[in-house]
Amino acid sequence: MEIFGVPIQAFLGQLLLGLVNGSFYAMLSLGLAVIFGLLNIINFSHGALYMMGAYVAFLALDLLGLGFWWSLALAPLIVGGFGIIIERLLMRWIYKLDHLYGLLLTFGLALIIEGVYRYFFGVSGQPYPVPDALRGATDLGFMILPNYRAFVVLASLIVCLGTWYVIERTRLGAYLRAGTENPQLVQAFGVNVPLMVTLTFGFGVALAAIGGVLAAPVIQINPLMGSNIIIVVFAVVVIGGMGSILGSILTGLGLGVIEGLAKVYYAEASSTVVFVIMAIVLMVRPAGLFGKEK
Amino acid sequence: MKRKLLATLVGTALLGMVSNLALAQTAKAGAISGDKVIIGVMNDMAGLYSDIGGPGSVEAARMAVQDFGGKVLGKPIEILSADHQNKPDVGATKAREWYDTEGVDMIVDVPTSSVAISVGKVAAEKKRVFIDTGGATKALTNEECNPYMVHYAYDTYALANGTGKAIVQQGGKTWFFITADYAFGKALEADTAAVVKANGGEVKGVVRHPLNASDFSSFMLQAQASKAQIVGLANAGGDTINSVKAANEFGLTKNQSLAGLLLFITDIHSLGLKTAQGMMLTSAWYWDANDETRKFSRRFFEKIKRMPTFDQAAVYSAVTTYLKAIKAVGTDDADKVMADLKKTKINDMFAKNGYIRQDGRMMHDMYLMQVKTPQESKYPWDYYKLKATIPAEQAFQSLALSTCPMIKK
Repeated sequence: MEIFGVPIQAFLGQLLLGLVNGSFYAMLSLGLAVIFGLLNIINFSHGALYMMGAYVAFLALDLLGLGFWWSLALAPLIVGGFGIIIERLLMRWIYKLDHLYGLLLTFGLALIIEGVYRYFFGVSGQPYPVPDALRGATDLGFMILPNYRAFVVLASLIVCLGTWYVIERTRLGAYLRAGTENPQLVQAFGVNVPLMVTLTFGFGVALAAIGGVLAAPVIQINPLMGSNIIIVVFAVVVIGGMGSILGSILTGLGLGVIEGLAKVYYAEASSTVVFVIMAIVLMVRPAGLFGKEK
Repeated sequence: MKRKLLATLVGTALLGMVSNLALAQTAKAGAISGDKVIIGVMNDMAGLYSDIGGPGSVEAARMAVQDFGGKVLGKPIEILSADHQNKPDVGATKAREWYDTEGVDMIVDVPTSSVAISVGKVAAEKKRVFIDTGGATKALTNEECNPYMVHYAYDTYALANGTGKAIVQQGGKTWFFITADYAFGKALEADTAAVVKANGGEVKGVVRHPLNASDFSSFMLQAQASKAQIVGLANAGGDTINSVKAANEFGLTKNQSLAGLLLFITDIHSLGLKTAQGMMLTSAWYWDANDETRKFSRRFFEKIKRMPTFDQAAVYSAVTTYLKAIKAVGTDDADKVMADLKKTKINDMFAKNGYIRQDGRMMHDMYLMQVKTPQESKYPWDYYKLKATIPAEQAFQSLALSTCPMIKK
């Protein structure tokens, strides 16, 4: 049996792979959505922070001998802490200004961070092994799925849904959302809004770092890995609707799958297809698929 | 206001006088244009190919100038560098600016075939020397050839002929290609496919990915589905590294073999021997080949902290050869230098008895290498074992097959 000239097995395999890539998109765009939704900052340094996460994993292993699981816990803390410092030192001055300023600031930061890593590590990249527990592959009949990739999908789904639940369904999430709507009022209720904003930024950055650690075993760790992925991730956020949490998760997964299929049918266009979709969505629904028109 | 205007006028007048003076000097000097020899190293300084050439090539060029004594015919030698970002338009614009306004006499390196082709066109138009060491496409000495361009280190024909032929002869008859979708990848794929077919092999399929695609898993599934014995990687740099990683992860290497058609030593370093062991590759040069190469490489390592790739070694050699030619003909006039380049033998740590053919191809031996296993590797960067030396005449395309218009048949 074939689907448009591709055997169904191959088709299913590609769908699954698309889902794996989609999980990376989802996790990164989720971080962007949280930061944009609550802080109104278009964080262009997200890719660089994702790259930093991967490097924390590499350095932890190389210098300290700490494995993957340690890194998964350490990277969000270290990189998130770095994010908090940035927020305190730089970001908080520009909240009142136009989006453009945040965009330029974070873009500049991304270039600086990348430049520093390039200076120290070069661009050839660093090797990072798949953790022992997840080594090997499972034969699903229609494809051989490396166990690690299956783990990535699971881990990212847990992180994404957990985040969505906290923001949309808990009291803390309610504070956060209220804080963005009307900070003065929420402050009047005795909530420390600036602290909340700082921690939210730190959390968004931590999500990027987790993404980086998860990516380390499957793609080459190099200073440019962030800028390679960030453009696509922004397209995901735009298609999903700026600031929409659920939107970014679903679109991330969906676009991963579409990109995967493009690789089967016409691989040459696989890096463009996401942007074609973005253009169409912007024409039909300028606020994105899940965004609210204001 | 008036004062400001006056100052501007005086300033302009002065500037005019100074530049007239400078012009007069150039005219008088004659032998060396602009009273110095300027060499421009152009490559990818920060992107996916920057460890292959990049700042390392600039350092290699500097080392060549230093070893030459810093001067030629009593005039200073200057090295400029620029980042072409792997974009043909950026490369061509920079080349034009260099040749036209900055008095650059020779451009060297220029990896990324598409950029090399566009810089070659500018060199022909401006009648200045261009020695390409980093680019791979054999088009540079075929349909794109011109009297001012030399293709120094390697080309797609040599890579295909070296690695492709060796593998087919060892029994790897059926091939699937994973190709970078631009001039270089397509040329490498076409050349290798021709070698495979000529030796009785068969091409089962091809997938072409965009440059700098970070995820290769999908292509690996397609390669697996093809059931080909050999999966040929017609890509380079980060793309090759990620391909090899994905191939290992998806268990492709259990039933099929990988053939990296263009691998640099920095790629092997980045992959680690555990992943890369056993791969066959064709190289123009190896740092650990003999005492001469080791001496150069250790000096290079001191500065860059990586062993030189064959591209970087070729930049050193090309700059030296170019300076020797200027010294021999007593001028940096491009036509005279090119005439000398095409008749003088090249003997240095990069090439033995090398020579530059009429079509611009620098002819020298190539080497078929195999990546060592972690057990075989005794010290850092001890990565290759020599399987065969491919004599220049066999390694490169013969003039009889050339499509270069400069070759009269």
